[in-house]
Amino acid sequence: MNTTPTGLSVQRLGTSADTGRAGLGGIALRVPSDFDFIEQVTELVAGHCLECGVSPRAARFGLRVALTEALSNAMEYGNGMDAAKLVDVTTHVYEDRIQIQVKDQGVGFDPDVVPDPTHATNLEHPGGRGLFLIRQLVDEVTFNDRGNAICMIWRCD
Amino acid sequence: MPFAATREQDVVVISVEGQLIVANRQELKQQVLETLDTGDRRFVIDFSETGYIDSSGLGVLVSVSKKIREAGGELRLSGLNEDLRMLFELTKLDTLFSISDTKSEAISSV
Repeated sequence: MNTTPTGLSVQRLGTSADTGRAGLGGIALRVPSDFDFIEQVTELVAGHCLECGVSPRAARFGLRVALTEALSNAMEYGNGMDAAKLVDVTTHVYEDRIQIQVKDQGVGFDPDVVPDPTHATNLEHPGGRGLFLIRQLVDEVTFNDRGNAICMIWRCD
Repeated sequence: MPFAATREQDVVVISVEGQLIVANRQELKQQVLETLDTGDRRFVIDFSETGYIDSSGLGVLVSVSKKIREAGGELRLSGLNEDLRMLFELTKLDTLFSISDTKSEAISSV
């Protein structure tokens, strides 16, 4: 694993037998809880997906927005912006899907109790749209039992 | 990085280049509030050069829109590409904002 001077760790994961396409692998990032890392991490992950042959359109927008949301949620609500706490971002590209897991070191939360931000009474609230956007932009969204890791899957047609 | 701001026909035009996300949202809010303090009331925020916006970016737009309205001013958004417009539609924020296709249309109608 390579660690940048700023504290971001990057590890290229080897090609596994089930990746489907020759040369495909993954990338694992360990990120300090600092919003300034978000754009860099998003570019690294999107760049990795492009290298693996994912269409530019798929990697351009939805993936970047959803990953930005997952990262900021993990840093702010999961790790409480504690710079000593890290966020693990693990990306695998398979022939039929992109899979990204974002895991924080917090106590977790219940994703089923998030209010609907499109309800008329919530429309003018500045916050509360992150998880909603993830669910709109990602094909499959699951959480671990503790609620501190989100797994996002995009299906590749 | 501060957002580029120009004044055209008494309208303050702020261009969002790159991303409007959690890491830089406060800069936009600060910029609008400072401009409101100097007496400006007509605003256009243009997204022609924007890559993507996250929920924090949308949230700060909701917030500054409210501040401008409370001060008796008006805000229009412009230059949303297909993806960005989809974000506003998904969140129903297209019902909250006045949106023009182009910056020049927004300037002439704000």
